Amino acid sequence: MNPAKNLNLRAGLLSVLIFLALLGIWYIATASSGAGNSTAGMTAEQIEYAKMMGKDPGASKSGGFPTLGAMGSTVWGHLSNPFYDNGPNDKGIAIQLAHSLGRVALGFGLACLVAIPLGFIIGMSPLLRRAFDPFIQVLKPISPLAWMPLALYTIKDSSISGIFVIFICSVWPMLVNTAFGVASVKREWLNVSATLEVNPLRKAFLVILPAAAPTILTGMRISMGIAWLVIVAAEMLVGGTGIGYFVWNEWNNLSLTNVIFAVLMIGVVGMLLDLVFAQLQKAVTYVE
Amino acid sequence: MWSDVAQRPAVPAPLATDAPQRKASAVTQGFLQIDRLSKAFVPAKPVFADVSFTLDKGEFVCIIGHSGCGKTTILNVLAGLDTATSGTVIMDGREVAGPSLDRGVVFQSHALMPWLTVRQNIAFAVKSRWPDWKKAQVDAHVEKFVALVGLSPAIDKKPSQLSGGMKQRVGIARAFSIQPKMLLLDEPFGALDALTRGTIQDELMTIVRQTQQTVFMITHDVDEAILLADRILLMSNGNETPEGYRPGGIAEVVVNPLPRERTRASLHHLDGYYALRNHIVDFLVTRAKAH
Repeated sequence: MNPAKNLNLRAGLLSVLIFLALLGIWYIATASSGAGNSTAGMTAEQIEYAKMMGKDPGASKSGGFPTLGAMGSTVWGHLSNPFYDNGPNDKGIAIQLAHSLGRVALGFGLACLVAIPLGFIIGMSPLLRRAFDPFIQVLKPISPLAWMPLALYTIKDSSISGIFVIFICSVWPMLVNTAFGVASVKREWLNVSATLEVNPLRKAFLVILPAAAPTILTGMRISMGIAWLVIVAAEMLVGGTGIGYFVWNEWNNLSLTNVIFAVLMIGVVGMLLDLVFAQLQKAVTYVE
Repeated sequence: MWSDVAQRPAVPAPLATDAPQRKASAVTQGFLQIDRLSKAFVPAKPVFADVSFTLDKGEFVCIIGHSGCGKTTILNVLAGLDTATSGTVIMDGREVAGPSLDRGVVFQSHALMPWLTVRQNIAFAVKSRWPDWKKAQVDAHVEKFVALVGLSPAIDKKPSQLSGGMKQRVGIARAFSIQPKMLLLDEPFGALDALTRGTIQDELMTIVRQTQQTVFMITHDVDEAILLADRILLMSNGNETPEGYRPGGIAEVVVNPLPRERTRASLHHLDGYYALRNHIVDFLVTRAKAH
């Protein structure tokens, strides 16, 4: 067996061990807290007060942090039926994720359409680069959610405002990276196309674009990461549908198992999105 | 013409070979005419000034000199990639103003596009030269020039899979593939090891002789210049003298007296080889004023 494969195998085994250890800690921690939860030694008034506070000691679901078993059944419940739709507040996890992904795709796609051509122009022209720089430097550090009130006021549609927020947070890393990639295309390749009298359009698509593609993809990958972070927060604000709204809704339902499940799903989807861009990046990267 | 050079004192004196060249540039003759070229990054201290020479069609001319004397700048001006502070370059009766497909350039760093295969790299040049050609026509042309440098087995490889020598061969094939009126080579073998360099020099010489190509080449290697060039331009650096700053320029033009059918293997057995070599090395050591 070659050493690299051996290392992968050992790393995989260790990952499984860490995962089992975490589950074990969870199991032990929740098992002990559940034991102390009983009505023994409480007066009728105290029980009544506890119920009023939403901590019904008799109810099985109010056992503090959910146990591993409860978590398991929630996960199974969601994954076995991901596409159900029982009205606005009760949709399957796949439908919620699809709403979020749709918003991200739209906002991110629009950002691509704006940032990549604009970044190309900025990267090619030192004049424009300097002219745009102050705007980019000021707009880049603004939290995308800070735009939300303005978006809601001007657009007057919460769903489109969410898409706008994704757009505005995706645009900067792509713009900056595209401009940088285009500006740092090797002089010698430009010289080659100059001596071959390559026309500007052909030069842009056949020389500069492939040369800058790895840097552009890096920008897109960063943007996608940020977009997926922001969509959860944005959907908590605008509500209605999506994984962010689901998290908020389940928090209002005090269903921690659902919140934990949603958090895990956000992580898994984010990882898959990053993997897709890693593959794209690999496809356009060249070895010099 | 050459025979009297051996007795010449080392003190700079216009060579007999130098005078007719200058005269030739004054009257409009020659395929490529460079007239009183100068380049100054600091206005008072031009790197080189008053550089004039001509190239005839089919001639192979090497320029040799120390780093910083402006060789590459001259080549870039000829290529149209750089502009001179003053002076003109006329090729085939027309002034050189910007890059052109009429002048193929081989860059020191091969300058291949790493995301394209050998075939695609050369096809990019061929399609630039003949945009109307059909795919089959482009393919046939590319394959012909790849075969010319002996790289047919590697035609579908990326540059990163090739050795330094093979990459430079692709660069040469690309320059030849557009069938330019003249070739400009910027120290094309500078980054190669001695063995590879020798092989490619032979190949280059064969192709140039076959195609009757006009070539202007920068080199640091005296033997390379003697092997390839019909004429060798010796360039001096700009330097401070007691009388003030003296810009660099072409100090001497040496006509290669060796028979044109020379080979690398027998070069050092030819009469006059050592006299020529010593003369150029003496120039570089004592007169070119290296910094």
